Amino acid sequence: MKKVPIRFRLNGVDRDLEVAAADTLLEVLRDGLGIKSPKTGCDHGDCGACTVFLDDRTVRSCLVLAAEADGCDVVTLEGISRDPGPLLHELARHNSFQCGFCAPGVVLSAAELLRSKPHPTRQEIQEAIAGNLCRCTGYTPIIEGIEAASCADSCLNEASTRRRP
Amino acid sequence: MIELEPLVDASRDTKVVGHSAQRIDGWEKVTGAARFADDLEFGPGLLHACIVESPHAHARILSIDTGAAEKVSGVVRVVTGKDFPYRFGLYMQDRHIFAQDRVRFVGEQVAAVIACDPKIAARAASLVQVEYEPLPIVLDPVQAIEPDAALLHPDLGAYPHVPWFFPRAATNIAHWRKIRKGSIVEGFREADLILEDTYRVPRYAHCAIEPHSMTGLFDAAGRLTVWSASQSPFTQRNLFAQALAPLGLSHKDVRVVTPYVGGGFGGKAGVSCEILAAALATAVQGQPVKVMWSRAQEFYNTYQRQGVVAKVKLGVKRDGSITALEHQLYWDAGAYVEYGANVVNAVGLSATGPYRIDNVSIDSVCCYTNLPPGGPYRGFGYSEFFFGLESHITRAAQAVNMDPVAFRRKNVIREGDTLAYGARMNPNGLEEAIRRTAAAIDWGTREHSEDPHKAIGKSLVLFWKAPAMPPNASSSAFLKFNEDASLNILISGMEIGQGLLTAMAQIASEILTVPVSKIRVETPDTDRNPYEWQTVASHVTWGCGNAVKNAATDARDQIFALVERACGIDRDSLYLEDEKVKSRFRPGWELPLRDFVISGIQVPDHTFKGGPIMGRGMFMPEFSSAESDPETGQGGHPNVHYTTGAGGIVLEIDRETGKATVLKAALAVDVGKAINPDLVNGQITGGLLQGLATALYEDMRFDEKGRLLNANFSDYKIPTALDIPGEVIPIIIETAQPDGPFGARGMGEHTMIPAAAMVANAIEDAVGVRLHSMPLTAEKIALA
Repeated sequence: MKKVPIRFRLNGVDRDLEVAAADTLLEVLRDGLGIKSPKTGCDHGDCGACTVFLDDRTVRSCLVLAAEADGCDVVTLEGISRDPGPLLHELARHNSFQCGFCAPGVVLSAAELLRSKPHPTRQEIQEAIAGNLCRCTGYTPIIEGIEAASCADSCLNEASTRRRP
Repeated sequence: MIELEPLVDASRDTKVVGHSAQRIDGWEKVTGAARFADDLEFGPGLLHACIVESPHAHARILSIDTGAAEKVSGVVRVVTGKDFPYRFGLYMQDRHIFAQDRVRFVGEQVAAVIACDPKIAARAASLVQVEYEPLPIVLDPVQAIEPDAALLHPDLGAYPHVPWFFPRAATNIAHWRKIRKGSIVEGFREADLILEDTYRVPRYAHCAIEPHSMTGLFDAAGRLTVWSASQSPFTQRNLFAQALAPLGLSHKDVRVVTPYVGGGFGGKAGVSCEILAAALATAVQGQPVKVMWSRAQEFYNTYQRQGVVAKVKLGVKRDGSITALEHQLYWDAGAYVEYGANVVNAVGLSATGPYRIDNVSIDSVCCYTNLPPGGPYRGFGYSEFFFGLESHITRAAQAVNMDPVAFRRKNVIREGDTLAYGARMNPNGLEEAIRRTAAAIDWGTREHSEDPHKAIGKSLVLFWKAPAMPPNASSSAFLKFNEDASLNILISGMEIGQGLLTAMAQIASEILTVPVSKIRVETPDTDRNPYEWQTVASHVTWGCGNAVKNAATDARDQIFALVERACGIDRDSLYLEDEKVKSRFRPGWELPLRDFVISGIQVPDHTFKGGPIMGRGMFMPEFSSAESDPETGQGGHPNVHYTTGAGGIVLEIDRETGKATVLKAALAVDVGKAINPDLVNGQITGGLLQGLATALYEDMRFDEKGRLLNANFSDYKIPTALDIPGEVIPIIIETAQPDGPFGARGMGEHTMIPAAAMVANAIEDAVGVRLHSMPLTAEKIALA
């Protein structure tokens, strides 16, 4: 299969690699680079478990070809949790997750929301994470964790670690 | 009566148990550090398997040609049923690892291609040629037991099964649980009114977000290890060892490692597709081989929640007392029922619901159909039968002009009442649950929507559920002290999201006074961790909790014995506080645990006494027995206890579109003792939404050829964050379970059981429409 050379920044580090044209970003992250926080839940863009940041926005990495990430800044939960801020602390404190499989995707969607809207309404939180399916929690503890983080000082920490200066 | 431990624990003030604590796995999960089966690395030697599946619901396999697939570069091995002529099953051995001479559902595994890359395996699998001769199919459980129905298992009479199953050879009846109590003839004669109807429940999918993932390695020395996403590591080890015994494997040669599970709900209980990794590993000895289920396979080839046709006949007097219940349930159990037949059995024992009824006849019939295997799903059949039963109870109340809540209060079962199978009801807080749920939804007050096109209805229903398990299902625990008096607890109860690891840490912390933050409890490896039957049936807080409590008590006893021996202080005077041993006889004296739990206590002659403290605990409900009269179900003690509760709802219905909006839902559950109230509330909030989704819109749709039409999240919708109720009110009731750890009993499944009946009765209350088949969609409401 034809290989394509790509370069992208992954959690603050430049990476050069060759990928097959048909490889998804999710496959390359998980199988090629050992980045395991994005999960394979449905492979069809329905569940949101594979959510990562591509430049400034969250994407379903199962729907993005790795080749499309060439020249981009990719941030996964591994990049965010190196320097955890109120969002991670509040989600943990609120027992927001049960099995935790959806957590990496939810955290990224929530971080994206808080970056653009530091003090969202409950409805805005629900909309922001509506693309991340969770079968365990009934969502309320997740929403409460995000609400608590939005009330905390320096709630933008997670979002700001996206790029290193 | 059974001997029960005195209620010392439940009445004592607790410092850790009963208090909300942050999950001990919480930080791992929010940081992405938590590892699931698919996250494990096996290096460049890892092989991948793709499964060749049946396109037919029922067919004879005439030939399989693997030649073209074997020629594909990168393919290591192609296997078929001929390579594994072994049967397996949890309660009845009716399955093969791969189909042998016939297939019985669409998606059944027929062959597998093992290759060095998943894409090569998939391409080669498409080249396997299978010739089939289609056979007549049967998809409906009632039709399946007609005399002329296509027979799925001609060898049914020869299948090994547990002694409490009653299959009927030469039929599609895999099991028939009968309960006969009193006389229904007399009971219906006494009745002033007899109400009879049929209720239908379709199949449902678990939809854990994590798909099944399993990797097997049969090393060159003959050691089989399977890493799987499973609720049941020891049951897997047992079934793998049994099925593969012809290869010379014994239990000691088989090891199952189960990291965090990304949602179970019963779908990862027992053994389903996991056996493929075990079997395929033996075909490519020396190399690990991975089987990863796609989302579509999650829907069509794992256990599904069984459908049921339930006929309910209830006799009542004008004063509201129930005189008789006849309950016939015909289960669409699918092509293989090795696990699902026990769902049928459990319902047969309990289909009276939490009511005192003197005259009962229950027939719970397990019917083979040409649909995917049925199996355990959160609630284990109770959600299914409560839809009909609790709809019927409300209708019976209305028929005698009684308030449905007052009617329930009048008939509710009480401690000591005789159950349908003859044993006695355990202590329970049902009356408190009714009272508090009614208050939470302001029962008795009619609410009106501000929108004239909308109507608001309310309902309150009851539920119960017992753990369904073999009478000798057991749990065990090891507890090891470290140098700093931190603890590692080894159990094989699985963390599937419910918070088991945290609850176990809290139990040990309570007894040993070591803070939860100094206790590590991890997911198991059957080589290192002690036995646990399975993490199912909402029984591990109770069963594994008892084992951990016993292990902690054992460690404490060892500590006191050592201190007595080394320090000469009477052990009866000793107690633990703040990680120190203290004595009632010697105020001011204390010995920190960290000073001696590994290295022992130095005595005046400079020698040391003691050594590493290791606690050991186990638990088995020795009073339980599953065997009883096959014609009446009387005589055994199959259920260890029931967890009971009530659910209430305030539902708004759009009269034109039929769309239902849950304004408020309250659920009261008698947990005996909430080890961690925050996690109990989490179960209620999550389980309720899962239940409401099955009530309102989830639904597996099959075509007339038995093909699943909605095997993805676009067509099988599960709730998003926008679909949650306006308000959820969790209510914790604590009527201690005498043999539970600190009085606790299980409650995980129970939270979704009342949902369908809550919705059905509230729809009727709002717009006068009585629905008899789930799901209770807007379309059905609008068209009625």
